[in-house]
Amino acid sequence: MTETTNPKRGVPIWVQIAIWLFIAALLALVGVTLSKRQQGTVQPGDTIPNFTLPLFSGYEYEGQNEVKLSAFEGKLVVLNFWASWCKPCEQEAAELEEAWEYYEPNGDVVFLGVDYVDTEPEARAYLKKFGITFFNGPDMGTKISQIFRVRGVPETYFIDQSGTLYYVKVGPFVSVDEIKSIIDQKLP
Amino acid sequence: MKKILLTLALTFLLSLFTSVVFAQDPTPSDDEVNAVASQLYCPVCESTPLDVCPTEACRQWRDLIRQQLADGMTEDQIKQYFVDNYGARVLAEPPKQGSYWLFYILPPVIILAGAIILFRSLKAWTKPIAAPASSGAERSEPSKDEYVSKFEEELKKRK
Repeated sequence: MTETTNPKRGVPIWVQIAIWLFIAALLALVGVTLSKRQQGTVQPGDTIPNFTLPLFSGYEYEGQNEVKLSAFEGKLVVLNFWASWCKPCEQEAAELEEAWEYYEPNGDVVFLGVDYVDTEPEARAYLKKFGITFFNGPDMGTKISQIFRVRGVPETYFIDQSGTLYYVKVGPFVSVDEIKSIIDQKLP
Repeated sequence: MKKILLTLALTFLLSLFTSVVFAQDPTPSDDEVNAVASQLYCPVCESTPLDVCPTEACRQWRDLIRQQLADGMTEDQIKQYFVDNYGARVLAEPPKQGSYWLFYILPPVIILAGAIILFRSLKAWTKPIAAPASSGAERSEPSKDEYVSKFEEELKKRK
């Protein structure tokens, strides 16, 4: 009488493929996340996607309590990220306001302040303290700072009339002339 | 007389009620604030829970929590406020919704898959090598490798 042995059962091929695909997808996800983190801020030449900035009361745009970037098509946009707890932001607050007051009458340059990870009472106190009058609002859900991959405050992004980023300033401005020199590059 | 007694009773009850109201502390304690703050992370100081974060931004957040608690907001309402304002990444525990479910599903799935693979591997390693199918007395003897047999024969010859 002969004895038969069962052939050794292995893991089905489709399970193996599924496991490898899963591992590959997981590694790809980790890779993309790490790569995004190392990218730094958006770079000059990048087209900035449209976003909506809710505005603090008293800082409305044409009576609206929020504004889209697309509303400023054809204008140069100076987008400044700041926070009331940020000491370096205080160094440039007066310069930004002065530059805004200089360009406001012509209407071809818009200043937008984005309040990053802040609390409203302190933010309002900051705006009042430095007499800021340009459009300002909170970065709700940190959505805007994520678009720009903001690493800290202050950071200022200069977007030209076609919606393309052309200059990034990390850290505070040292003078009004510095701000003007960057803006004037793109003005006729 | 009845009116006087009723007035006195009402005054007594009212005084009890007001004393209870005044006994309440309107300012939430640090422990109450930290109980909520420990469930939140400030995006500025990654990996540091809000209750122990020393930055000015975190201090402002804790003050805000204190104010919200004093205003009668619940823990869930406060957490929702922070999510609405600063995004879901402020939560120590990801919300159980949308793609955040992956954070809950993936780890157990990976651990389970690892355990299955480990179990199968250990089983394969500890399983004795199957004897070739044979009959009679030979079956009870352990199988020998051909090379080992030859090696033993050579050794016997040399002795």
